[in-house]
Amino acid sequence: MMASFSQFRLKGLVFLAIVIFALPLFITNPFHYGLATQIALIAGAVVGLNLLVGFAGQISLGHAGFFGMGAYFSALMTSNYGWSAIPALVVGAVGVAIIAWAVGRPILRLKGHYLSMATLAVGFIIAIILNNEREITGGPDGMPVPPFDVFGWELSPFGQYSLFGMEISGDLAWYLFAGVVLLVAVWLAQNLIDSPIGRALRSVHGSEVAASVVGVNTAKYKSLVFVISAVYASVMGALYGHFQGFITPSVASFDFSILLITMVVLGGMGSTIGVIIGAVVLEVLPQVLADFQEMEMVMFGLILMLTMIFMPKGLLPTLTGYLNKRRARSAGGDA
Amino acid sequence: MFSEFLQYLFTGITIGATYALIALGFTLIYNASHVINFAQGEFLMIGGMATVSLTAMGVPMLLAIVLAVILAGVLGIALQRLAIAPAKNADVVTLIIITIGASIFIRGLAQLVWGKEYHVMPNFSSDEPIEIFGAVLNSQSLWVLGIGAVLVAVLVYFFTRTLTGKAILATSMNKDAARLVGIRTQVVLMLAFMVSALLGSIAGIVVAPITFTSYDIGIILGLKGFVAAAIGGLGSGMGAVVGGLALGVVEAMAAGYLSSDYKDAVAFSMILLVLFFMPRGLFGAKIVERV
Repeated sequence: MMASFSQFRLKGLVFLAIVIFALPLFITNPFHYGLATQIALIAGAVVGLNLLVGFAGQISLGHAGFFGMGAYFSALMTSNYGWSAIPALVVGAVGVAIIAWAVGRPILRLKGHYLSMATLAVGFIIAIILNNEREITGGPDGMPVPPFDVFGWELSPFGQYSLFGMEISGDLAWYLFAGVVLLVAVWLAQNLIDSPIGRALRSVHGSEVAASVVGVNTAKYKSLVFVISAVYASVMGALYGHFQGFITPSVASFDFSILLITMVVLGGMGSTIGVIIGAVVLEVLPQVLADFQEMEMVMFGLILMLTMIFMPKGLLPTLTGYLNKRRARSAGGDA
Repeated sequence: MFSEFLQYLFTGITIGATYALIALGFTLIYNASHVINFAQGEFLMIGGMATVSLTAMGVPMLLAIVLAVILAGVLGIALQRLAIAPAKNADVVTLIIITIGASIFIRGLAQLVWGKEYHVMPNFSSDEPIEIFGAVLNSQSLWVLGIGAVLVAVLVYFFTRTLTGKAILATSMNKDAARLVGIRTQVVLMLAFMVSALLGSIAGIVVAPITFTSYDIGIILGLKGFVAAAIGGLGSGMGAVVGGLALGVVEAMAAGYLSSDYKDAVAFSMILLVLFFMPRGLFGAKIVERV
């Protein structure tokens, strides 16, 4: 798992950048831009969640709660209190960080899957509050979100913008923005891996007992990575709300939490590029399966099960493992 | 005042007994494999839905119940054999995702076969409610409590007195050691899934006359069972029963005295309180018999 973390690094980032910036050559309709933008933003949250899974070996069953909190905080502050989007996003992320720290710090002292239960509870409580405080959040009907703005300059999917002298549509502008955000998210995650924090975390993952014996405060570092992953979700949630222009409590739902963790596991735990592929597959698959109508659920469940049974390490690690084996075999044949 | 309290208590204990049975199912599979089985709720759904549709086809109720329970048991075995066993060397997290896939698959099938509507199941005995100190007790509640108590007694007997039960216990304590003394751990795992499915389906059937049933009823009931198991300390049989009853009662009280919108929030807050102050759950810390 750790090997795949370091293996890609720059190669992965360059590959991702090429894919992101080449995609507009193949996309023509706004619906596909919308889908691609949505995937990029969700993938950003998944990259953050992967830090928790890959480093701390913990799973969160409530990450949508943090995603939803970010989305709703930014929506409320920009629409009701006239805040600009960036300060709303930052303050929302700080709030989420405090909650994650308060929950993670006591629970990550314990060994075992206690964090999954705690996050499940936190996620549900957030979703219940969003559903019931109708006067503030609009309840299950949701609420509109103003466009994303920076220093009075607005980014809306319906606008027209000029970039390097080219006229581009709002859909394309949002897509490029989300793509850059995803690249930054990946770059930050990869830098974290190389930092002293990352080294301490790797030692925790290798052997928690050994790490604590040599003086690494394992609980502190695990809490820290949990907070970072929650902040990722909050920031992406805020951007997601501004992009969609309308949010409902489903952004904080348990189903969405499960979808996020499934993206991580399906794509390949610990592989940053892998989990992005997981996000793409799980967002595109329902679009493809929608044609099957009643069979959609059955097919989705079956595909998820079969993939995990036959590729337990996830899509990308299994694929690269297979390619490496083939390469090794053909190299041996030549010699 | 008192009759109101009693009313909430009855409601709470009834639904709590159901949660306890679901939690026991989680506990069984968790102990045997460390997998949190997200398809547990689907066993309940299969139990309730199969009973309803079989009785609608004219099968006598008792026979319909037996057939539904057998169907769920077969499903439990199939889940272990076809989905969990082939992914032998997979991470626990991967196995958990497989159970999520299985639950979506089963729910999808149920939706195809039975549609999306709610189905009503009649009470096992009379519809006449019983009055105790001004509080009303649905006769079905007695069935839920009675059958719940019998199942717990059977489980205790199974795990303390029978060789098969002891083999499951041994495997949950130490898989390698169990294999060394000649226990076939794969068979034990299969049994754990089967027993867990039987428990789940029976819970689903007895509670169906109270809650109604539909293809997606397993999601929320399964989740509540997991919460109950977590409160009791995942892995403890005694904890599962107490956690289930506690969850049911607290939920009913919260709905009655606070707000029904927030009753679920109270349930989930219980997990946090337990994790903060009794990190191993109500029963996890002490060495208790594992069911």
